[in-house]
Amino acid sequence: MAASNVEDMNQQGVRWTADQVLALAPDAASRKAGSKLGAAGPWSEAGSSSAGAVWGLCKGSGSKPYQTVVDTTGPAYKCSCPSRKFPCKHALGLLLLWAGPDGADGTVPEARPPEWAEQWLADRRERAAEQDEPAPSAGKGGEAEGARRRAERRAERATAGATELEQRLTDLLRGGLAGAESAGYEMWEETARRMVDAQVPGLASRVQELGSIPGSGAGWPVRLLEECALLHLLDQAWLRREQLPGPLAATVRTRLGLPVSAGGPPVRDQWLVLAQYDSAEGKLTTRRIWLYGEESGRTALLLSFGAAGRAPELALPVGLVLDAELSSYPGAGQLRAALGERFAVPEPRPLRPTTLDVADATAAYGIALRDDPWLESWPVTLGGVVPVQEEGGGGRGGGGGGGWQLADADGKFALPVADKAVSRPGLWKLVAISGGAPVTVFGECGHGGFTPLTAWPAEPGAEAISLS
Amino acid sequence: MNATGPITTGPHPGTTASAQPSPGTTAIAQPCPVATWEELVTSALLGTDRRRPPVAVPPGKDLSAALLDAAAVETVRRRAGLRPADAAGLPERAAPDERPPLPAAARRRLALLLADRPGSGSGRRSTAPDLTELLPQWLAAANDHGYAAPAELLPALLDAARGRTDLRPQALRFAGPRALWLAHLNPDWKFALRTSPGGNALPRARDIEGVQRLWEEGLFAERVALLAAVRADAPEAARELLAGTWSTERAEDRLMFLDSLRAGLSDGDESFLERALSDRSRNVRATAAELLSALPNSALAARMADRASPCVAMDETRSGITVEAPHACDAAMERDGVVSQAPSGRGQRAWWLGQLVEATPLATWPSRLGGRSPEEITALPVRDDWRPELHAAWCRAAVRQRDAVWARALLGVPSAPEAGGPGAVSLAERAKLLAVLPAAERAEWVAGFIDAHGLSEAFQLLGVCNLPWSGTLGRAVVDALNIARDAGSYPWSFSGVMGLAERCLDPAETSRLESLTAISDEPEDGAPGAVGYWAEAFQRLVGTLRLRAAMIAEMTPPGAAADTRP
Repeated sequence: MAASNVEDMNQQGVRWTADQVLALAPDAASRKAGSKLGAAGPWSEAGSSSAGAVWGLCKGSGSKPYQTVVDTTGPAYKCSCPSRKFPCKHALGLLLLWAGPDGADGTVPEARPPEWAEQWLADRRERAAEQDEPAPSAGKGGEAEGARRRAERRAERATAGATELEQRLTDLLRGGLAGAESAGYEMWEETARRMVDAQVPGLASRVQELGSIPGSGAGWPVRLLEECALLHLLDQAWLRREQLPGPLAATVRTRLGLPVSAGGPPVRDQWLVLAQYDSAEGKLTTRRIWLYGEESGRTALLLSFGAAGRAPELALPVGLVLDAELSSYPGAGQLRAALGERFAVPEPRPLRPTTLDVADATAAYGIALRDDPWLESWPVTLGGVVPVQEEGGGGRGGGGGGGWQLADADGKFALPVADKAVSRPGLWKLVAISGGAPVTVFGECGHGGFTPLTAWPAEPGAEAISLS
Repeated sequence: MNATGPITTGPHPGTTASAQPSPGTTAIAQPCPVATWEELVTSALLGTDRRRPPVAVPPGKDLSAALLDAAAVETVRRRAGLRPADAAGLPERAAPDERPPLPAAARRRLALLLADRPGSGSGRRSTAPDLTELLPQWLAAANDHGYAAPAELLPALLDAARGRTDLRPQALRFAGPRALWLAHLNPDWKFALRTSPGGNALPRARDIEGVQRLWEEGLFAERVALLAAVRADAPEAARELLAGTWSTERAEDRLMFLDSLRAGLSDGDESFLERALSDRSRNVRATAAELLSALPNSALAARMADRASPCVAMDETRSGITVEAPHACDAAMERDGVVSQAPSGRGQRAWWLGQLVEATPLATWPSRLGGRSPEEITALPVRDDWRPELHAAWCRAAVRQRDAVWARALLGVPSAPEAGGPGAVSLAERAKLLAVLPAAERAEWVAGFIDAHGLSEAFQLLGVCNLPWSGTLGRAVVDALNIARDAGSYPWSFSGVMGLAERCLDPAETSRLESLTAISDEPEDGAPGAVGYWAEAFQRLVGTLRLRAAMIAEMTPPGAAADTRP
């Protein structure tokens, strides 16, 4: 992969910034703990190599210091501490020390790796070499045939699942949604389990969400009908996918949660990191990273997953610009892409995305629905908007506290801030940054309102500030 | 909430999605002209068995499937046709903050300090520094430099100040005008409007009309702030303000106003205070008397001197002091603030004596006692066990009158054997006396005390020393800690002093501490494992000092003195 290129770069002695290091932390606690270890005190025998390795011994509470080694080309980490965080605070502290002002000329000098570090580094190199080798081509035809059969079986099960779900939806509508409130959550849970059995996770999670709508406050029958109808639309689209145009059929596969892979041609660009945020679904943490291409003007979404309390591996600090290739996933209206080769370590640059006003932002979501009717929201950057507290307060959603809007600077039109975003600390950050003056805000604009994710203060050259 | 929230972006602001036709659909061609959204919802709610939806059913298709078809089209159509809402009124803009912005590294540091909420770590003190304890220092340093607070950190800063009253003055000064602007929008931060001077742009002292209006119509907190502001500028005008409404104020308000006169108390306040001695409220009278006794030239001080002088005299041998406590507490004494009823367990006459002596100007005593200096007077024996009572009263007088000469005399030599134990002057009183001395002298005295008596009694005294500790004081503390370690006790016996040292020791001491972080041999009679815990405690101390040094270095404006790191 990109290893060789990044290695070249490190040979020129590029050390990371503290921000880049801290962005690797799996959570706030690790960031804090790592920062505390980012000073010379507990470290001894620290060093770094031109091949991108950094190592050191960190004094802990025991008598034996922890052995920490990081391969910055991965990045990959190894530490003899018992922490299950990844990277652990020692790895973060070591990188901070290396990135710090004294790193190059004293605390982490260029050196040969000691034996304990070298062993691990050598193993990694070996494994990387194996992966780079092309897969053996023998038996390719047979394998392709097997893959096709597996995909067919999977599709059959999905069809069975979609058919069953259709049956349940029409039954529900026949009896009336009013009954759904009394039927309770179990009915939906059971249906969701059936969809898991049918290996259609996309349908399963939609069904689960349906279960939370009945009795969820004023207007729930409308919301339930909307979601049932969209689910029905998805079922029907799958059952008649042969009649759909190719891109829309791919979107339907994606929405069902069937395996898709990034097949688009790699597009190299200067990608500005617009936002990065995590959401937890059960034991799985999903990290979403929004990118904006300087040349292509494209907005792309990277997904990274972390299972069982581990932080997703990919971490890109907001506001940095990444010289890299992306290849997109298939499907109409799909922005997801896979990160390919990276040509440089991300660096801060005063790049800003193109902006829309409030009316164009709603229109952009509407247009995007043409390609993918199941879209909840669409990424847009609003230019020159002011956060405004709605009069009367507490009107919408009954969530307590006043509602908020992002209003065009001329005070004519506004987008309401999504209910779930109103209760987040990021909103107050946004209000503070604005101070009543227009700011640039990136976020997700959808039928539930606007969710602000990143803001740029009005001053020219001001840094992007993450609100998530 | 999931993403199925209400549609709120219709052209009419505040329209919640209920079973109504969406106004957002008006501009779009109608693909399903028969059924309105409302009819679809009603039918769905009741069930197609009960309410037939107004949809065309293609042959072979189920009625409820046809309803879902129509609803899907409507849903997407409604969403695609969303319009922006009308904007609520734009807010006023926050006043500009003209201070220079924080250097980037200092900004990151502040974000970390604010993210470190108390109780977020594990129970035991580890080797890592406690960041929350460093926030007050950080704020003080930032204010010394006069930096503006980064806007995006204001919410976290206000939240921190909300939880910790002691942080508020520094935090709000640093937070600046935008924090006040924010505080108007969020009820959680109302305290900022109350606490901060100039929270609601106080009128200037010369704006007589504005001052008068706010004084008459303002909230209590605003009036206290106004009084302080006017008093700083024009004390005479402030007193007139107070005197003008004095008789109509509530007793508890009068007490608070009077208390606020402590700052900048001067002889000019005497006549006002003298009048307050006849106040209806006992607490107001007592406070007025106390303030008057802090003015050695006041008539009250002279009256007290007249009463106290006969009670204290040289004995017949001219080698000691005799005390004759007053026999009665008359109405005039009570008017001057003497509390007649002694607390239980104290002698009535000794109680009166104490109050008279503490309110008497200290300059009374050298002439009364044969021209002796304060040192000589405090060294004199006192007959009949009156010494504790008399010296304690002098201590209170020295503190109240901020008399450094007397404070020095009463403190004595720090290495004196009785200084370590409970002598005539308690540790708490010593701490107060020390506060009267100049900072450098204070530090010297405490250093001498620690050299002679160790750390076990030093905590309170260290608390009144200026930050960072002077070289002598710092070295005395480190040496004493080292001695305690060699003695083989556990470090948590000294955790109070350790915690103070982390905050107060000059980071320049770090290099001297390095050697102490090593694990040395266990002393033979030491507590088991103590050596390891000491090494850990010193590691933590060194870590915190490094962090503080880095913190201060980060404040240096870019370009100026590039290398201030130790």
